[in-house]
Amino acid sequence: MSNSPNDLTVENKEAITSLLFQLADDDFMYAYRGSEWLGLAPHIEADIASSSISQDSMGHAAMYYTLLENLGAGNANDLAHFRKASDRRNSILTERVNGEGYYMETPHYDWAYAVVRSYLYTQAKKVKVDSLCGSTYQPLAEAAVKVRIELFYHKLHWETWFKQLMSSTDVAKTKMDAALKLVMNDFGDVFSYGNQKQAIETSKLIDNEEQMKANWTANLQPVFSALQMEVPKIPEHPVKNGRKGEHTKDLDEALITLSEVYMLDPVATW
Amino acid sequence: MTTFGKVSAEMVYEALIHVKDPEIDSVSIIDLGMVEKVTTEGNNVKVVLLPTFLGCPALEIIKKNTMNAVKELPGVGEVEVEFVFHPPWTSDRITEKGHVNLRKFGIAPPPRHFEEDGSWHVDCAYCGSTYVTMENIFGPTACRSILYCKSCKNVFEAMKPVSTLM
Repeated sequence: MSNSPNDLTVENKEAITSLLFQLADDDFMYAYRGSEWLGLAPHIEADIASSSISQDSMGHAAMYYTLLENLGAGNANDLAHFRKASDRRNSILTERVNGEGYYMETPHYDWAYAVVRSYLYTQAKKVKVDSLCGSTYQPLAEAAVKVRIELFYHKLHWETWFKQLMSSTDVAKTKMDAALKLVMNDFGDVFSYGNQKQAIETSKLIDNEEQMKANWTANLQPVFSALQMEVPKIPEHPVKNGRKGEHTKDLDEALITLSEVYMLDPVATW
Repeated sequence: MTTFGKVSAEMVYEALIHVKDPEIDSVSIIDLGMVEKVTTEGNNVKVVLLPTFLGCPALEIIKKNTMNAVKELPGVGEVEVEFVFHPPWTSDRITEKGHVNLRKFGIAPPPRHFEEDGSWHVDCAYCGSTYVTMENIFGPTACRSILYCKSCKNVFEAMKPVSTLM
């Protein structure tokens, strides 16, 4: 397959565009939810780490949106800020609120949920990015190498939190188990490629969905074994599939907040 | 009327020595290994840069400063500055001079080696002691970590090692 956006067939371009939107929107929402934790994490080291990880992840989203811009999908900033919920392709997991309340007031965010979501999402991102390093679409393969390097530190960080809280006090364990259940309820579309599944898989942009799930489970196996836990099963059918534009009201609310400043003056340089 | 000679890649590199990391002003983008390629065509110049970390907010500033530095060259025509992802920037691109100047700023340069488990060690940026502890892998910027020296009792920073082998 070709390396230049100009010589792609229509079908290929559609598949690449679809996959890029999934990757970009996932990291964009993940970074946004992470940024809401700013100043609220349990201690200062956790705060610095989680804001740094959010910043990196926003950088990954920005890069995917730039690859989309290069394919003629529109201006990268507009793609991030202007698209309505039904055009978004992020997984449900990444759009969920951090907990009750609003970060500008008195939020009651759940750190156990943040740790479990971040860890399992980062592991999912890792198996995708590992596979994307061998993508037939060269610009994406090259970008994946870059993301993979940065992801190393994210995984290390969330794995440490995950292991420690899971093997901590009864209160911690109870909260973590509850969070794990919530996160897994939303995991059904994380490895879905949506309507372009066939095109994405046959053109070898990334390994197929089943392979991704198997790799994710295999990577988690040693960690869960050490904690004397079973790796949770990924739901067969998602309740809603974000890859097909199905979303919760959490996304609508997030989009209003996150695009507020950009909407004020879209041509300003920040 | 003044006439200028041809703008050479060498002259561009000379100019780029003065473009510093906006957050570490002792180190140039050349010493950070961010300059991938400089090409000239007539008096037009193209500079290809590698981003250190993708989410680094300093990238736009570096791009602008690079543009301005090259534009100051006498007789220069069109100037283009572009970031590319390939090859990926890795911390072993930082030059020896870069290592020296990072230390001057109180930042330990990135170690060249990793342990098998992915961990790594640096000596104190101030006193050189090896008796240090990692406080936080994440630091004030994406590319830095925070450590503590048990010998001179200073908190210091280290540039994170990044490698495609990770």
